[in-house]
Amino acid sequence: MTDALGLTGLRYRFGKVEAVAGVDLTVAEGEIFGLLGPNGAGKTTAIRCITTLLPVPSGMVRVFGHDASRERMAVRRLLGYVPQQLSADGNLTGRENVAMFARVFDVPRRERAARVEQALTAVGLAEASGRMAATYSGGMVRRLELAQALVSAPRLLILDEPTIGLDPIARTGVWEHINAVRAATGMTVLVTTHYMDEADQYCDRIGLMHRGVLRACATPYRLKEDLRARQGGDGVPTLEEVFRDLAGSGLEGELEGGFRDVRSTRRTATRLG
Amino acid sequence: MSAAPAAPQPASADQLDLLLTPPRPLTGWRVLPARIAAMCVVELQKLRHDRSELYTRAIQPALWLLIFGMTFTRIGLIPSDGIPYLDYLAAGIIAQSAMFISIFYGIQIIWERDAGVLNKLLVTPTPRAALVAGKAFAAGIKALIQALVIVVLAAVLGVGISWNPLRLLGVAVAVVLGAAFFSCLSVAIAGIVRNRDRLMGIGQAITMPLFFASNALYPTSLMPGWLQALSAVNPLSYQVDALRGLLLGTPAHLPLDFAVLAVSAVLGIAAASALLPRLAR
Repeated sequence: MTDALGLTGLRYRFGKVEAVAGVDLTVAEGEIFGLLGPNGAGKTTAIRCITTLLPVPSGMVRVFGHDASRERMAVRRLLGYVPQQLSADGNLTGRENVAMFARVFDVPRRERAARVEQALTAVGLAEASGRMAATYSGGMVRRLELAQALVSAPRLLILDEPTIGLDPIARTGVWEHINAVRAATGMTVLVTTHYMDEADQYCDRIGLMHRGVLRACATPYRLKEDLRARQGGDGVPTLEEVFRDLAGSGLEGELEGGFRDVRSTRRTATRLG
Repeated sequence: MSAAPAAPQPASADQLDLLLTPPRPLTGWRVLPARIAAMCVVELQKLRHDRSELYTRAIQPALWLLIFGMTFTRIGLIPSDGIPYLDYLAAGIIAQSAMFISIFYGIQIIWERDAGVLNKLLVTPTPRAALVAGKAFAAGIKALIQALVIVVLAAVLGVGISWNPLRLLGVAVAVVLGAAFFSCLSVAIAGIVRNRDRLMGIGQAITMPLFFASNALYPTSLMPGWLQALSAVNPLSYQVDALRGLLLGTPAHLPLDFAVLAVSAVLGIAAASALLPRLAR
């Protein structure tokens, strides 16, 4: 079976800074894969290479066998993308926001309304779809963005920090919808997050990135068991402890990131209130 | 303590059957008109929800017509090719209004970049040129509505406007092409400077020179030679010439005007498409 995603020796530099320093990674079809790491770890740069927003200067990115540097249109047809920022248009209703993406993905007119309705239903926004997106709560905006990504039936759904700034209930709501959609459609999900507890609970496998390098990649259970085996003792370590062991520091200690990362995160948090 | 609100229940699989099959992609020539239509629909939806921008943007051209136009018509200082100065000015104000709407379109693109909207659109299977053309013609829709307001106002003020439907269609095409060019110019500059403040400064710096180095306010024959040379390469001059000829029936070079506007729009789309990905980096 073709892997949903394959990165081979992916490197990307911003001037003198090597944001991604040779990442090899495969994501199997149908799994939820979490890419974890602090700001500046290289997660978003890797995501941008996968989504064709950035070129692939060194290495290879394949999405369901398509080369992301040579077959960009084919790759984009397979992707649903939710960026870190709150990107729904507040000047449109929820339904109009989703319909816009139905149009740019060439959903025929006869099918458009029904497909948009299904995407909104999938994220629990059917009743609120006539309201302006500017009136939505942060969790609703995130679910609306999920509906925008789902309307084209993507095979690989890429979520960049989908729950950043959300309260715990909204975070749970977003993840419940991601899981339900994944179960119903079988799509592959690639998600980046800061939240170790979310990754532990919802991801089938996790890749831990630090300073542009993938330090470990396995199931949450395997990562924790490996650390327990290395350290001994009876207690099950947390993913945070796994990360500390691999990176030499915790997530909080590494949250310096780049200026744009921090600005983007703050802007999102501000819009969410 | 009140109970926490429950999140809505996720949908079941049988409610999502349409989301299992990707739509069949359009190919070839149909992609461009489909994307332009999509962007124009979005623009119209936004205008339907909030018309305040249309009203506020109508103030400035109305003042130009009412104050500048009526005053200089009375003074009679500016030669206007044998027609009342207010009539002469009306076409210039339509073009000016379209340019002012479009020249800051790059700021909207930078805002969309900052909000993540641009990245999301760039990840869709849309050729950059189609995306830029869609945005450009969406700017044209705004300019068109603005032009309608000015034409009505000019008619109320007694400007002798031709109501021939074909001529009015020509006016619409000239307005949209001009707006497309200036919005693409703005997006191209946005792709170079990548910063809202810098773009605002550049926009303000070039708007008035473009306006004054054109035939919008006065015939180019009154200009010094160097300004006439600038006017000859300024697409705004060709837009004004076409608008004046179509609206008032004055002598115009319509084939040349539309050729220049069309070529300018195509070149603008090409330049903006090439520079747009810089905004996503």
